[in-house]
Amino acid sequence: MIMPLRDRRLLETPLHTRLAAACETQQWYAWKGFAAVQCFTTVLQEYFAIRNSAGLFDLFPMTKYRIQGRDSRAYLNRLVTRDLSALKPGRVSYCVWCNDAGQVLDDGTVFCLGEEDWRLCSQERHLDWLLWSAQGFDVRIHEETTELAGLAIQGPTSCRILRNAGAAGLEQLPPFQHAAFTCAGVSMLISRTGFTGDLGYEIWFDPARALAVWDGLLEAGNNHGLRPIGSQALDIARIEAGFIQAGVDFMPAEQVVRPDRARSPFELGLGRFVDFRKPGFNGRRALQAEQQRGSRHRLLLLDVEGSHPARDAFIYNRARQVVGTVTSATWSPSAKANIAIASVRTPWGRDNDGLWAEVYYRRELQWEKVRACCRVVKGPFFDPPRKKATPALDF
Amino acid sequence: MQRYDAIVIGAGHNGLTNAAYLAKSGLRVLLLEKNPYVGGAAVSRELHPGWTYSNCSYVCSLLRPEIYRDLELARHGLQVIGYEGGITFMRNGDYFGNYSDAERHHREMSRHSRRDADAYERYASDVMRQTRLIRPFLMRTPADPTSLKRRDVMELIYMLRKYWGLGEHALYDTLRFWTMSIGEFLDEYFESAVIKAHFAGGGIIGTGLGVYSPGTAYVLLHHYMGEVDGSIGAWGFARGGMGAITRAMAGALRSYGGEIRTDAEARQILVKNGRVQGVALANGDEFHADVVVSNLDPKRTFLKIMDEKDLPPDVVRRARNFKIRGSSGKLNIALDGMPTFTAVPERHPLLVADLHFIDSLERMERAYDDWKYGRWSRDPYLDMLIPTQVDPTMAPPGKHMMTVFVQYCPAKLAGGDWTPADRDAFARTCVDQISEYSPNFKDLILHMEVRTPLELENEVGLTEGNIFQGELTMDQLLFNRPFPGYAQYRGPVTGMYMCGSGTHPGGGVMAAPGANAAREILMDLRRPPIVPGDTSDD
Ligand SMILES: Cc1cc2nc3c(=O)[nH]c(=O)nc-3n(C[C@H](O)[C@H](O)[C@H](O)COP(=O)(O)OP(=O)(O)OC[C@H]3O[C@@H](n4cnc5c(N)ncnc54)[C@H](O)[C@@H]3O)c2cc1C
Repeated sequence: MIMPLRDRRLLETPLHTRLAAACETQQWYAWKGFAAVQCFTTVLQEYFAIRNSAGLFDLFPMTKYRIQGRDSRAYLNRLVTRDLSALKPGRVSYCVWCNDAGQVLDDGTVFCLGEEDWRLCSQERHLDWLLWSAQGFDVRIHEETTELAGLAIQGPTSCRILRNAGAAGLEQLPPFQHAAFTCAGVSMLISRTGFTGDLGYEIWFDPARALAVWDGLLEAGNNHGLRPIGSQALDIARIEAGFIQAGVDFMPAEQVVRPDRARSPFELGLGRFVDFRKPGFNGRRALQAEQQRGSRHRLLLLDVEGSHPARDAFIYNRARQVVGTVTSATWSPSAKANIAIASVRTPWGRDNDGLWAEVYYRRELQWEKVRACCRVVKGPFFDPPRKKATPALDF
Repeated sequence: MQRYDAIVIGAGHNGLTNAAYLAKSGLRVLLLEKNPYVGGAAVSRELHPGWTYSNCSYVCSLLRPEIYRDLELARHGLQVIGYEGGITFMRNGDYFGNYSDAERHHREMSRHSRRDADAYERYASDVMRQTRLIRPFLMRTPADPTSLKRRDVMELIYMLRKYWGLGEHALYDTLRFWTMSIGEFLDEYFESAVIKAHFAGGGIIGTGLGVYSPGTAYVLLHHYMGEVDGSIGAWGFARGGMGAITRAMAGALRSYGGEIRTDAEARQILVKNGRVQGVALANGDEFHADVVVSNLDPKRTFLKIMDEKDLPPDVVRRARNFKIRGSSGKLNIALDGMPTFTAVPERHPLLVADLHFIDSLERMERAYDDWKYGRWSRDPYLDMLIPTQVDPTMAPPGKHMMTVFVQYCPAKLAGGDWTPADRDAFARTCVDQISEYSPNFKDLILHMEVRTPLELENEVGLTEGNIFQGELTMDQLLFNRPFPGYAQYRGPVTGMYMCGSGTHPGGGVMAAPGANAAREILMDLRRPPIVPGDTSDD
């Protein structure tokens, strides 16, 4: 007997038929219970679509919450470490939120849709935490993950493609701003956000119209190098951008069992998103104490010698002691460098204090080992001017 | 009169690389370029409004990743995007597609010969073995085999070690490989004519030899020893055209405080008592420095911008005899839309890559015969790409730019010098060949830049239009490049150096000659060694 769709191990997103038709490699993975594509044709082709033309990525499985009510601003402002008290409708804010011990639960984006209407997008699921935190606030919290479709369209031609599809004036939208447009014949919200550190947009619309949007965009992107991209290409781009990912570069604090596995925002290089000027927020006291006491860990962006990605490598200091591990690593086709994100124990990695990675790679079945010097890099590995330029640059 | 620590003549990509390293080391560097723009044969220019051409070189693979990374060319705006394979269109209406995915590749080869499809594994590993032998030498100065200096002896030992390291079987292959013709080499592996023709292209591009001339197997290696993002032998597009490479290099040079003067043609390298003094420009200006580096090919360097009286007669003789034959031409075409090809569906993934229209070694050999007798090939070997399928910056959306490299095209015609009418006829020959396979192609042409060796020589300063600044034959490679005794980048006059493709390891947009020459110069000046060595860790 064939299982009905809803009882199968993996669900299908509203775009499944289109994804399946374009997925030449048949390489899928499970993203929050949905079948998602790792790679449609080749990883590098898709990667270069992001950096050279534009890539289209299905965001449907991303966790989304709608937060409404008189106290919604106050509520969110207590939830996250960043100050949202002045965030205007039309703005998006990248935020982290912590438990009372100041350990990161997740990171994500907060959309201010209206004075009393907000959206929170994240990798992990948090409804229970969100509801506990809501006690005493006049808010309604509603998970809308499957009620809202999302597509990321990222890369230098993304603005032109969306404009071709009808989003007139989109080039004026600055980074972290959103607005309503009609695009591919569908009314939608477009935000200038994304996970690539490049010019790019995320678009949010009724899942019932998903096929029309997908087809319309590919049509509008016909002469602009638009192609569907899978998670592998996106992963290279997000490491180049220096973006961390829950479950990869840090453990969401709610899931941690062992001591010393959770991380504070400071330990993830996100200190600039902690605002002690606001009086009360989850984890404030613990974070303040940490600031005085000093953190135990430090997140590093590393330029690793050689060309073999330092995946899962141990990081050593000069005295050959293990001081940390690499959490994400890739060859960067745009920086043409071997890059990595690593978590090390303090005091290591404050500056270039002689860290090195032990990198293993295999050639014709035989394992080789290299000792690769690591240089600490400040800021993203790839940071094109078009990322911030407003009006959006043409290509 | 102004003084510099070093003057580099010629802002080709090697002159730029050389100057960048000298400046990075802290020297006061002046780079002189005769043209109003930098880049030499790695240049992008807009000759038709809205369309940018890669006027000479058009695809990138050889550029050493050590230099790309060390000079931070990415930060200075360079992005190289790899592509896969290519197509050879056949007279019978079929085609052969060269895919990078192993199984897809096998399936396609099987369409033409099941046996060849299986033989490919052996072919690929044999070629890769030879490639691995050469690659480590790219970022090293060749040893002088007649010298007993410690450094030369050590380098020779290193070379022999690498060589012995190949194993007995491969040792025999190496000698054969360096002396064989590409045609004979391929005959040993494959039976299908179109498969052989497809792979033979790399053996003749830029070379005044035919597929059955000895030495062409090495030329194939020369086109195979590069890489894009760790994929050895792969080629890529520079976003914005090949000029993006030299623009990024110029950015790096300026960031180190180097000075670039365009419209500054060097007339002569000034020499006194066996030492260089500086450079005199065609406009009469003079600049002085104890170090002068020439990015020009050996003929131009020694016979045009140096006084023969300042040179040992032996060098003058060798420069005169240096083999630098023009054998290639080029068309750059602005297109009103994407051409269709009868043999393959629209948007076929390999249309992004190299397209060819010669389906047998015999046709290739005949193309060479024409050149030998002073004619352009009536049925030429074309290496054609349409980069705007990938690059959104080089033509308006929906429009395209096509680059067509043509082998063979002589520097001098049998009947006399090139005339504009000859040039038009040459272009027509190529356009006609393409049209046989792409019916709508002719109607899409909006503008065309036609380059015979004459234009290449006049504009880029490549003698006879030889794309590599000198043939890549064994007598002109390694410690023989450009001449025996002068392969370590030092000229015959104290303070004078060479850094162009005419030096080891030769032509192509590689930047290794420029970097290696800088390493030698800094060594002579007793400055810290900042030029990266061979870091290939494959
Ligand atoms: C048509 C064509 C296609 C090619 N295709 C490819 C390809 O696809 N991929 C690849 O890797 N390679 C290709 N090549 C080869 C490659 O482009 C060259 O080998 C390489 O660019 C040479 O670089 P260079 O710096 O050594 O010298 P050049 O680029 O020749 O630079 C010499 C510079 O010196 C300047 N100069 C000359 N005389 C004077 C003077 N008296 N005073 C001041 N300046 C002077 C010239 O204007 C020029 O800028 C191609 C070459 C050609 C011509």
